[in-house]
Amino acid sequence: MSANHSTKRLTPAARRRRVTGLMAAVAIAFFLASCGGAPNNRAAVVLIDISGEYAHEMEKARRVTSYLLGSLEPGDSIAVAFIDNTSYTERNFIARADFDHRPSVANDQKRQVKAKLDAFLKDFDVPSYHSDLTGGILLARDYLESAEAKTRQIFLLSDLDEDLKPELDRDVPLTLGGIEVVAVNVIRRDSDNVDPKGYRKRIAGWQERVQTNGGHWQMVNQIERLERVVALR
Amino acid sequence: MWDILTIWSESAALSLAIWIVLAMVVLYFGRPHAHQLLRSTGRAIDHALRLAAASLRQLEKRVSARNRDVLLAQGREATEHAIEREFTRVKAVVDRELAHYPDLHRRLEDTLEKVESDYQNATHNPPLPPEWSEVASTISALPSSGDPAVTKILNEIKSAVENARKETLKTYQKNTQERHKILGGMAPHWRSLKQNMEKVQQKISGLDGRAAKIDRHMADYEAMRNQDDKAVHQLTASSLTQFFIAALVLAVSAFGGLVNFHLIALPMSEMVGGGAYFAGMPVSEIAALVIIMVEISMGIFFLEALGITSLFPMIGRMDDRLRKRMGIAALVILVLFASIEASLAYLRDLLIMDQQALTQSLAGAAIADQQFRWIPSIAQMMLGFILPFALAFVGIPLESFVQSLRTVLGLLFLGLLRAARVVLRMVGVTANHLSKMLISVYDLFVMLPLGIERMVTGAQARSAGGKQLSESADDTDTDTREHGAGSSTRSRSRRGRREEAAGGAQPEPTPTEA
Repeated sequence: MSANHSTKRLTPAARRRRVTGLMAAVAIAFFLASCGGAPNNRAAVVLIDISGEYAHEMEKARRVTSYLLGSLEPGDSIAVAFIDNTSYTERNFIARADFDHRPSVANDQKRQVKAKLDAFLKDFDVPSYHSDLTGGILLARDYLESAEAKTRQIFLLSDLDEDLKPELDRDVPLTLGGIEVVAVNVIRRDSDNVDPKGYRKRIAGWQERVQTNGGHWQMVNQIERLERVVALR
Repeated sequence: MWDILTIWSESAALSLAIWIVLAMVVLYFGRPHAHQLLRSTGRAIDHALRLAAASLRQLEKRVSARNRDVLLAQGREATEHAIEREFTRVKAVVDRELAHYPDLHRRLEDTLEKVESDYQNATHNPPLPPEWSEVASTISALPSSGDPAVTKILNEIKSAVENARKETLKTYQKNTQERHKILGGMAPHWRSLKQNMEKVQQKISGLDGRAAKIDRHMADYEAMRNQDDKAVHQLTASSLTQFFIAALVLAVSAFGGLVNFHLIALPMSEMVGGGAYFAGMPVSEIAALVIIMVEISMGIFFLEALGITSLFPMIGRMDDRLRKRMGIAALVILVLFASIEASLAYLRDLLIMDQQALTQSLAGAAIADQQFRWIPSIAQMMLGFILPFALAFVGIPLESFVQSLRTVLGLLFLGLLRAARVVLRMVGVTANHLSKMLISVYDLFVMLPLGIERMVTGAQARSAGGKQLSESADDTDTDTREHGAGSSTRSRSRRGRREEAAGGAQPEPTPTEA
């Protein structure tokens, strides 16, 4: 009741001041809310399988990475990692970069990433015996989660034939919510020639695993078609 | 539903027929009230919409008058400015040319004096040679007596006379040559006189042209003051033309602004970073837009300071010195921004070259030699420097656009009001006619009982034995029905008569009249 009385006692000038103050507060709140803005960048991880038969496909990895470096913009992030016997380790990263917002600096960073990949491919000699695909995907997922990007993609260059070391426990959920997994250049193994069902079964198995873990599955066997997938940004 | 339909009989057709007969009977007995309901509803809608249309018409008149006032006021203001400008030009001509008139007058007088004195000098005739020829011929004609002394004397006299004649002729020729020389010296003075007179004529005819223009403006102004329809139509047409031309130029300027934006957006991301967003837009792009807007603003201020546009009356009212300073400041800022844009354009070119080099290296190709790459670099820099100045002139079409927008919006609003009024009238008239049509449809449905009624009434009339009596009975019947319908029926009859008199739709006849 007393509050009502105090409101009634307000002069018109005071009321105007109060309304102006309220409007200014709303305007400032709107300004602050719009200042931040949602992230509009993109993060991508290229996973290169260096095991067994797939070790001969290294040139494809270079092409995919080059294409990604050309399409990524300042503010985006990229990581290139390889999949071998145990992939869930820091040593699996070949190169990582969060591109600067200045185009000239971002271009220098891209050159560095390419140089590191070139050096890795040049030194690469012995293929791994096993292939820990799950470990690599978990590694990529962790990187993408830390990147806080709007669009998150994993480019998986592998034959999708996982061959884990006996001591590794990879029976863990992948948790790929909001992540797009693009299987690139999934080659057919020699054994697939004998039993073609194995190829389909491998692809279907990974697709199901990715989708049940909340991820979005894509497969691009011809690198020339990659542009369409990447353009979905 | 089916149960209700077959309530009278198991046969649907029979039951339906019974329902129809019942409906006919009910509708026949409720006919006067139904007619009244339909007719009054139609008229009420018509009346209400007619009222709405009338109020819209009033509003339309007010808007039209307001538009006319605004248009005339704008026209008067523009004509006043034009007259003022013409007077200023006349004053300038008078100040510039007639201020030198005393000097011109003096020069004319000097020339005339010189011409006169030369003329006077030329008219001083030298002494004409005496009649030497006659003297010589007389002496020659003297008879020679053969005396050698006389002959000698005569010859000497003759030669003396000849010598004197020759001397005199020489002097005469010399004097004549001098006069010709004086007359020849007058030619430049004549030419100068002619040129000066031509100049004076040009000035005077220029002033005549200005005076004719002022007369025309004054006639227009007078027409506007008298609020002539012709002047209003002329102003409207002029305003619309101005609007479309200004809109076209503004659209061209907008495209120029777009080109300018793309020229500096990329390098701005190098300067302010492209990571921050404001309202979903990168801050670098906002910064580029702000630069362009500031340039346009500076251009507008510069034009205002020069007095070319008058978007801000406050600037126009400023002291001349202050206005001049403001104009200089705006121009300096504009030049600075243009220089910044030129450097940004160069930076953009460098970034693009870097990007191209990176793309080539990623593709594994050798980096191509950049021959003649300086040409687009310089072109971009020049574009970056010139575009701000081109955009600075946007104030002129903007002012025209804003001024003519009022007229265009007024005309649009007027058009909308007229369209709304026509629609309201059409809906009202349609509702009225629809009610009449429904009455006819109603009568069509109950035509069977109406026919029976007509036959019964005819038989009664015949039994009464007179046509007159029958008609009076019909009237009585009609009156009774109309009494039952209340006072609104009387007004309806009056309206019906009015409509009949106006040649409109005929009121529907009562059953007995039919």
